[in-house]
Amino acid sequence: MYKIVEKRRLNPSVTWMTIEAPLIARKAKAGQFIILRVDETGERIPLTVAGYDPDKGTVTIIFQKVGKTTMHLDELEVGDSILDFVGPLGRPTELEGYQKVAVVGGGVGCAIAYPQAKALHKMGVKVDVIAGFRNKDILILEEEMGEVADHLYVMTDDGSNGNKGFVTVKLQELIDAGENYDLVIAIGPLPMMRAVCNLTKEAGIKTIISMNPIMIDGTGMCGGCRIKVGGETKFACVDGPDFDGHQVDFEDAMRRLAIYKPQEKQAVEDHICKLGGIVNNG
Amino acid sequence: MANMSLKKVPMPEQEPNVRNHNFEEVAGGYTEEMAIEEAGRCLNCKHKPCVSGCPVNVRIPEFIQKVSEGDFAAAYEIITSTNSLPAVCGRVCPQETQCESKCVRGIKGEPVAIGRLERFVADWYAKNREVKAQKAEPNGHKVAVVGSGPAGLTCAGDLVRMGYDVTVFEAFHTAGGVLMYGIPEFRLPKAVVQKEIDQLRKMGVKIETNMVIGKVLSIDELMEDGGFEAVFVGSGAGLPNFMNIEGEELLGVYSANEFLTRINLMKAYKEGYDTPILNVRSVAVVGGGNVAMDAARCAKRLGAEKVTIVYRRSEKEMPARLEEIHHAKEEGIEFRLLTNPVKILGDEKGFVTGMECVEMELGEPDASGRRRPVEKKGSNFVLDVDCAVIAIGNSPNPLIRTTTKGLEANRKGCLVVDEDSLQTSREGIYAGGDTVTGAATVILAMGAGKQAAKSIDAYIQGKNQ
Repeated sequence: MYKIVEKRRLNPSVTWMTIEAPLIARKAKAGQFIILRVDETGERIPLTVAGYDPDKGTVTIIFQKVGKTTMHLDELEVGDSILDFVGPLGRPTELEGYQKVAVVGGGVGCAIAYPQAKALHKMGVKVDVIAGFRNKDILILEEEMGEVADHLYVMTDDGSNGNKGFVTVKLQELIDAGENYDLVIAIGPLPMMRAVCNLTKEAGIKTIISMNPIMIDGTGMCGGCRIKVGGETKFACVDGPDFDGHQVDFEDAMRRLAIYKPQEKQAVEDHICKLGGIVNNG
Repeated sequence: MANMSLKKVPMPEQEPNVRNHNFEEVAGGYTEEMAIEEAGRCLNCKHKPCVSGCPVNVRIPEFIQKVSEGDFAAAYEIITSTNSLPAVCGRVCPQETQCESKCVRGIKGEPVAIGRLERFVADWYAKNREVKAQKAEPNGHKVAVVGSGPAGLTCAGDLVRMGYDVTVFEAFHTAGGVLMYGIPEFRLPKAVVQKEIDQLRKMGVKIETNMVIGKVLSIDELMEDGGFEAVFVGSGAGLPNFMNIEGEELLGVYSANEFLTRINLMKAYKEGYDTPILNVRSVAVVGGGNVAMDAARCAKRLGAEKVTIVYRRSEKEMPARLEEIHHAKEEGIEFRLLTNPVKILGDEKGFVTGMECVEMELGEPDASGRRRPVEKKGSNFVLDVDCAVIAIGNSPNPLIRTTTKGLEANRKGCLVVDEDSLQTSREGIYAGGDTVTGAATVILAMGAGKQAAKSIDAYIQGKNQ
């Protein structure tokens, strides 16, 4: 059992949770993920590590309520425990050898973009962070990102924070203004990562993205997380989760992520029914 | 006077058209009367040919003698003196190519049903006796076992009996490896496996789940910081092979590992469990081994109207056990032999709609001695399926090999070991089971676990003299 030691809501649908897992905390690096199972009848879901503290022996995850498992996880409180918590899985992000990096996060993807920016900042690399949200009410980690970024640009789709536009608008603007990034790290929903990759391909800037496909074991055993990269089949769990964004087949990845949509919808409805509550989609 | 019937006492079984709709065990097991009657067929041969056919050297005629006397508890003691997992072996061992293939009664008629008797004894004991937790005198030495499948559990069981302090590390949330995630409930009930594992725990084996060795801890850390004097690697052959044909990324194409894990470990077929699986109508399972039979029979039980085994050679070359092929056929699984998939077809949303296949014919024998299948030009046709399960084998997982310095592997990624001691290229690190041989059987893995336990004992005793 893995005890929850900290919990706070970052916005109505996104939660920050710190979990006691000393062995994982000692080994985790930016870009790696964990797999958890809430209880005996639960499914296994992968979540990228949002933070780790080897001294305290804790690992932080940030998740959005998107399905039954994340809703259930969100119902747990400090002092409760998660049944299974395994990691660190996947390869860490390769952050060595860059001078100036643009870290682009979309929505809850900022939870994973943040540790990358933090790690780069610690290494003395110049980091610009571009964070995108649907509106100003669901902004997360603004302060934290601000602390590690040389420049932080927060964009909203509806312009409710005064900066209207997708993250790509800002990224293009910065590149056009002569910001010479030698790496872009993009983390967020697949359509957002694809848009960033289309832009950076044009601009000739290497781009790393973090994939989060459906998987079971996370050690290469099930093959469920396979994605097409440069025409080859790769397993996101052992070959990734980071990949060269210019090589990833996004169409394929989006289709595979939607495979259990009807079952997921049903599970959420049943779950809400049981609680007798109303779902809040943030 | 021995029972001279030429046939085995038949095994009670669920009717094929009943059992292909449920996940309960197919074979019911002998009653006490049936067991005593079958045990009476054993001639108690002096030279014991059957024992030489058993990878873990179960003292077969001795235990069968006890069964015929009705002393089942004594029979159990005899079996477990060399075999840690009798309820498992009695169910999934390929007895027809091992112990039973050597049985004198098999020369004229059917051999003694050794497997069924072993299963009977193990089940009888589990039901009627409080399993004793005999703890050996601790010898003060620590050994780590990586992987809790048949190889790891056997090695741990043998070592703990010798007094070692044994810790087993398992990557999944449940111990048992392939016995839990791979082999289906209807062939090997998970409660049976759990009981065997609980027994090892009572004997003092520590099992740590959720521990991916190579990630959370390396083997070197186990040895340097963890105080383990030796390590046994039994991490299995966990990396699924695909065919590398067009359409394998489509929705509804599963590796057998994923398909079986969703069903057996995650219980996707059971009400109340969260793990999803597609509702399938027509399933093609590619491959001819036991795993392919398991996947096909699971698909049928999930409610598929039609399930087809697609295999590129003929039935004679199929690596699956005869009994499994027989059971699959009884349950209505169709066999498309001498057939090879060339392409998987899908709709605009990416869901599988069919599998294009080509007919094959057998040519000259290849390196494996089996006749090589050759395509019949222009014989392509499309199978109407909405799901394809690829069961064409696994490769060893590279996780341990790539995170342990100086660990030698062959071209296929299998760990290289000394044939007698099972020591790897690193002192104190031993390996056995599928991670060394590539995909093989439960009992061979158990045999390796046993052999390694003996070598580890010799190694540690030798070092501390």
